[in-house]
Amino acid sequence: MADKKVFAASALFNTPDAIMAAARRIASSGYTKWDVNTPYPVHGMDGAMDMKPSKLGFVTMFFGLAGIGLALLLMWWTLSVDYPLVIGGKPYFALPAFIPVTFEVTVLMATVFTVVSMFAIFFGLPDNSHPLHDTNYMKKVSCDHFGIIVETSDPNYNEAEVTDLLNSFEPVSTSFIYYREEEKYPILQPRFLMFLASTAIIVSIGTYLMLNKLMFIVPFNWMMEQDKIVAQNSSEFFDDGRGMRLPVEGSVARGFIPYPYIGEANPEEVLANPYLPTKENLDLGQRKFLTYCSPCHGNFGDGDSRLNGQFPNPPTLHSNRARDFSDGLIYHIMTNGQNIMPSYASQVTREERWAIVNYIRVLQRAKSANDSDLELIKNGDSF
Amino acid sequence: MTETDISYQKKELPAKFLKLGIILLAIGVLLGIASFFADQQRAVYNYVVSYTFLISIGVGALFLIALEYVVGAVWSVPIRRLIEFFAAIIPLLAILVLPLIFNIHELFHWSHAEAVAEDVILQGKEPYLNVEFFIIRVFVMIGLWSLFYFIITRNSRKQDETKDQKLTRRNIKLSAVFIPVFAITISLAAVDWLMSIEPHWFSTIIGVYYFSGTVIAAIAAVTIATVYLKEHGYLHSRMTNDHLFSLGALQFAFINFWGYIAFSQYLLIWYADLPEETYWILQKWEGSWAIFSILLIIIHFLVPYIVLVSQPSKMNPKRLKFISVWLLFAHLFDLYWLVMPQMPGLADGYVFSWIDFVFPVGVVGFIIIIFNLKAKKENLIPVGDPKLKRGLDFHL
Repeated sequence: MADKKVFAASALFNTPDAIMAAARRIASSGYTKWDVNTPYPVHGMDGAMDMKPSKLGFVTMFFGLAGIGLALLLMWWTLSVDYPLVIGGKPYFALPAFIPVTFEVTVLMATVFTVVSMFAIFFGLPDNSHPLHDTNYMKKVSCDHFGIIVETSDPNYNEAEVTDLLNSFEPVSTSFIYYREEEKYPILQPRFLMFLASTAIIVSIGTYLMLNKLMFIVPFNWMMEQDKIVAQNSSEFFDDGRGMRLPVEGSVARGFIPYPYIGEANPEEVLANPYLPTKENLDLGQRKFLTYCSPCHGNFGDGDSRLNGQFPNPPTLHSNRARDFSDGLIYHIMTNGQNIMPSYASQVTREERWAIVNYIRVLQRAKSANDSDLELIKNGDSF
Repeated sequence: MTETDISYQKKELPAKFLKLGIILLAIGVLLGIASFFADQQRAVYNYVVSYTFLISIGVGALFLIALEYVVGAVWSVPIRRLIEFFAAIIPLLAILVLPLIFNIHELFHWSHAEAVAEDVILQGKEPYLNVEFFIIRVFVMIGLWSLFYFIITRNSRKQDETKDQKLTRRNIKLSAVFIPVFAITISLAAVDWLMSIEPHWFSTIIGVYYFSGTVIAAIAAVTIATVYLKEHGYLHSRMTNDHLFSLGALQFAFINFWGYIAFSQYLLIWYADLPEETYWILQKWEGSWAIFSILLIIIHFLVPYIVLVSQPSKMNPKRLKFISVWLLFAHLFDLYWLVMPQMPGLADGYVFSWIDFVFPVGVVGFIIIIFNLKAKKENLIPVGDPKLKRGLDFHL
């Protein structure tokens, strides 16, 4: 006993009135490091102990305001700046929609950090124990007694004086409370580690059963088993197994213009070019020609591209045969494909294909220009 | 522990208050009548604002009494009489409603048969929104409120002499019945007086919205009376600032509740973005009404929130008095904001008129007179209540 360090002198009382009177006396004797422990909140005790209002409220306010700021910052950055998404036709920074989240984060941060700060102030985290824990004194004051302690760390602490003072209140009993000698971090006790391990096992088993068993039991499986077509499955409702009905034959999709000669190698009829070779149209045709056609046909349509024999080069577009092709036939070849050239209808839109036709005409004219064309350029006339 | 502990001597309230009340009411009544001749429609719309304000104070006070009984609160027992005095407004609501009943066609679009005839929506609502049923509803509601008011306060008064504990138990049962009745009637009152002014619009939360403001107004009125009477020694000397703290905390709670409900109503309308709901909000954004809408948030939520958030300010009599007057004004402003933009002549924005100030003056005078007349006859403290001793000993 003798080598144990005293934490505090304590006294126990039977009634709230006695503890109130004792608290008033001790508060007036100038002690600062002392406390009262009661089994239930005794109203008016703050006044009797002459306590100043707790500073914990400022911690709550600080973290509450931090919660407001962080929540708004997060939503502003993610939803308005980094990855703007239109949701329900609302603006990117839709403040009314953000307020519930802001509120939740504010409350969460304020409460969690208030509790953590309270532990830090009371225990001095990471120490998670108080000298009063597990003492006889604590057992009494958490049941049917009212206790008062004066800590030895008080600057005015004097063992004889304090004992006399406590005895003068005529308590039920007085005693000293000692610091515990146990290891500094009771968090590493095997009992506590066992508790952590068993908690982890129980949570794991519970999660496993929930996700793998419970979800397949009626009615928890109703969410999964709905009367709708799941991807990669066939409909049980329709005979043909399709989830959606096919459109009526001859239906044309909105904005889609059907091409009537698909599949014919040499159509008897072809379409007429609906686009004039304007500057914009030729620019478009040049861009698309260089993107889609030049890899095989070459930048100027000579059939001398970069394929280097790994793939058969197409014939030149400047042959007499090719020059005699009508606009519609070139368009047909692009749309339908020819020999080993596939259809480009899915990559190149209708307007772009006609623009390419116009651009090919420009290339053909330029390649076989004659003197009169030079005269035109010299005079600055247009073609 | 004995009755001598609660040494209470009944004191007369100073006569200057009654005089002030009579002057204010006289001004209100005279100018009010004049305003009916000057601009009948504006007068009627203002009358609705003031009338719903009176419902708030009166019925809200009765709700506070019922709440005290049901939850077994002790801190509020020493001031319960003051709450009862405010609830004394309730029976007089039946007389005060008459000018509105006689001018019902000025107020309610749905009361015009020819308007209903060419309006499919109003035809659908006709079984509820018709003049006969409306008048029946109004008087049944006032009747129910008055019934509970008379029985509960009579039991309370009787207890002053008999000190019979059974009366408290009886009042607890009555209060438990009153609270659901109150929930339904106050919602219907909000629908009838505030929502049906715009009969095409609907909000299922308007009843709760009005309720939240009602309780704020009632607590604010009680707080003013408590702080003033306590400062001048009319209440028991053992009452402390801890009692005031409870009033302040209730105010703070209901300010938050109002903010929550008001925002919920706005958020749902904003989110769904349906034209049949948004036009009511847009109406309150028209022209200078936008300033009123922004001011409402500041006056009714932000300022009281900041003033009341710290613990010392909930116990400070001076600050409590200030914020209580502020909150009474805020509730009046809230009702004004609900009703006035719906007036046909004010659709484009606020237009100044002296009529707006006439009726609140009369209302204040009216409440002061009722309070004084009741205080003259009855004890300011329910001396016979078995919880009074504990109520006076209340500490945080």
